[in-house]
Amino acid sequence: MSGIPHDHYEPKTNAEKWLHRRLPIVGLIYDTIMIPTPKNLNWMWIWGIVLMFCLILQIVTGIVLVMHYTPHADMAFASVEHIMRNVNGGFMLRYLHQNGAMLFFAAVYIHIFRGLYYGSYKTPREITWIIGMLIYLLMMATAFMGYVLPWGQMSFWGATVITGLFGAIPGIGEPLQMWLLGGPAVGNATLNRFFSLHYLLPFVILGLTILHIWAFHTTGNNNPSGVDVRRGSKEEAEKDTLPFWPYFVIKDLFALVLILAGFWALVGFMPGFLGHADNYIEANPLVTPSHIVPEWYFLPFYAILRAFTSDVWVVIAANWLSFGIIDAAFFGVLAMFASIFVMALVPWLDTSSVRSGRYRPMFKWWFWLLVIDFFVLMWAGAMPAEGIYTTIALIGTAYWFGYFLIILPILGVIEKPLPQPETIEADFKAGLKKKSGGSGPSPEQIPAE
Amino acid sequence: MFRKLAASALTAATLMATPALAAGGLGEITDYSFSFEGPFGVYDRNQLQRGLQVYTEVCSSCHGLEFVAFRTLSDRNGPELPDDQMRAYAEMYEVWDEELRDWRTAAGPDHFPESQFEGAPDLSLMAKARVGFEGPYGLGLNQLFRGLGGAEYIASFLTGYTGEEDLQAGTLFYYNKAYDGWVSMNPVLFEDMLEYADGTPATEEQMAQDVAAFLMWTAEPKLVERKRAGFVGVIFLSVLAALLYLTNKQLWAPIKRAAKQD
Repeated sequence: MSGIPHDHYEPKTNAEKWLHRRLPIVGLIYDTIMIPTPKNLNWMWIWGIVLMFCLILQIVTGIVLVMHYTPHADMAFASVEHIMRNVNGGFMLRYLHQNGAMLFFAAVYIHIFRGLYYGSYKTPREITWIIGMLIYLLMMATAFMGYVLPWGQMSFWGATVITGLFGAIPGIGEPLQMWLLGGPAVGNATLNRFFSLHYLLPFVILGLTILHIWAFHTTGNNNPSGVDVRRGSKEEAEKDTLPFWPYFVIKDLFALVLILAGFWALVGFMPGFLGHADNYIEANPLVTPSHIVPEWYFLPFYAILRAFTSDVWVVIAANWLSFGIIDAAFFGVLAMFASIFVMALVPWLDTSSVRSGRYRPMFKWWFWLLVIDFFVLMWAGAMPAEGIYTTIALIGTAYWFGYFLIILPILGVIEKPLPQPETIEADFKAGLKKKSGGSGPSPEQIPAE
Repeated sequence: MFRKLAASALTAATLMATPALAAGGLGEITDYSFSFEGPFGVYDRNQLQRGLQVYTEVCSSCHGLEFVAFRTLSDRNGPELPDDQMRAYAEMYEVWDEELRDWRTAAGPDHFPESQFEGAPDLSLMAKARVGFEGPYGLGLNQLFRGLGGAEYIASFLTGYTGEEDLQAGTLFYYNKAYDGWVSMNPVLFEDMLEYADGTPATEEQMAQDVAAFLMWTAEPKLVERKRAGFVGVIFLSVLAALLYLTNKQLWAPIKRAAKQD
């Protein structure tokens, strides 16, 4: 599949040949599993496997949960309690599914920031990046709709607030919101359509994941040095790469199991840690919780949404220029979607020809500031939208956009990158030497000649 | 052992945003220690039985437990009532039977009745719906060792009345320092108001803690099974991780050796 020269599948027995002439599926699996992978991948390249595991975990636990769940406004909450109390192992299934979503998001954020640091989005991997962003958007939609299903207080009011965003769109907003909800307010119709879509979207994600993998199997993996695999001949390519199986499968599995041990401890000992206590109160349209907060993985973007109040000068300017069509609420909605959109555009916003942040002395600082900014926004999103918190959220938002729209384009022009290694092989060796402490091979490793 | 926590200040600093009570804030929560805290904590059967007695004789006159089936009172790791006692207990209640279109005596599979009136919330999940304290900087990391704090909140609430009363629009409100505000529920626990079957002195604190523990069980009846699954899973995954680590090391050794040599 990939452009890197390597051995292809050769059917040996007659049965294999018979099948291969009709459906080359074994060859497809072989080429996928044996793809030449850069030797020097570090531990930040394990998150793809973790994400694949999360998707399968969510689909499997989800399918079993659906067998016991009742999608009806009057029965949903009780049916979740039925799962927690009466279904064999139901409490584990439900807690795994609930916390599995959080592991999924934690992994996807690390995966995205990995890509941003090592320039994985740069040519020729733009399509991989964009598909990844689509997957991320669908994950957010799926998680949001899944959160509504237990029909607790936070489910109900979270759905009310988030669908209200669409209501902020001028003109078509209100009919659009009503169309989404299936009625004037969040109700049984909303629950049913969210349930339907919550079941559908993971399979769309699965399809996009296959495209995501196909795309980077065509271009080959990026790697921490950002240097391309040599493709002149098979021998040359083999100096830079190793087959995915067994070298990276075992490495990734080790990392996955280690992460799962921590995940399992979370599920077993404190499954409610990252959730909201309010969701153990059944949805009540007449009682609004004092503090409606989305799940932690939405908080940075929730902070961006709320940062733009009507006294911010850009909002006032936009309002004046659009003859009042764009108000603060609509501006916030636009900003939230734009914050993800600029991330999707990063392959064209980053003007530097150097992929890896390792060889970009100025970029590094701005990148880590973006990571800090992400956590600051997450914290600001959890705070009430008043006083100092909106100011902090506004500064955080400004940096988020500034990083993608101003800093990245300028850095590529003004920055003087450090020398990059000639080959992946050289980088791999340099990495090993650095780890063993000394410069040059230690005495016993010098071959006797 | 009891430590006073000023939880409201910590709530304000919450990063993970678990605070959100339906209304009102968190006041003074006493950090009672319960047998079910910590990674290996289990329910105390005798305490749950005493708590059931307090619920039955005090709380149930207003509040319900609609998600709890009578039969679960004899479940392992719960109050563990003997079967005949559980059935006798269920027979004290009348339930509406959809098929008979009439009231009949309750049996094991039936659930506790719902709350008697609108203002009294159902108590089945109350211990999980009220997070009593958040821990250092509101991160809630102390959940691992001290539980969610819901039981602490309930016990603090029941003992949190200061005696101040206020008549507002014809309704009498009572000040509660655990809620840090005025509540419509009157104080319900008084010393020696009931006689425990096991002879434990029925002090206000004792009754409050017993019923809080019982309500923790109604909210999370599979707590012990969950922790056990967690423990077994973590051991299993750690061993597997160690084996995979060694496999990985072995697998990469010749590659790394070759790379170091030339």
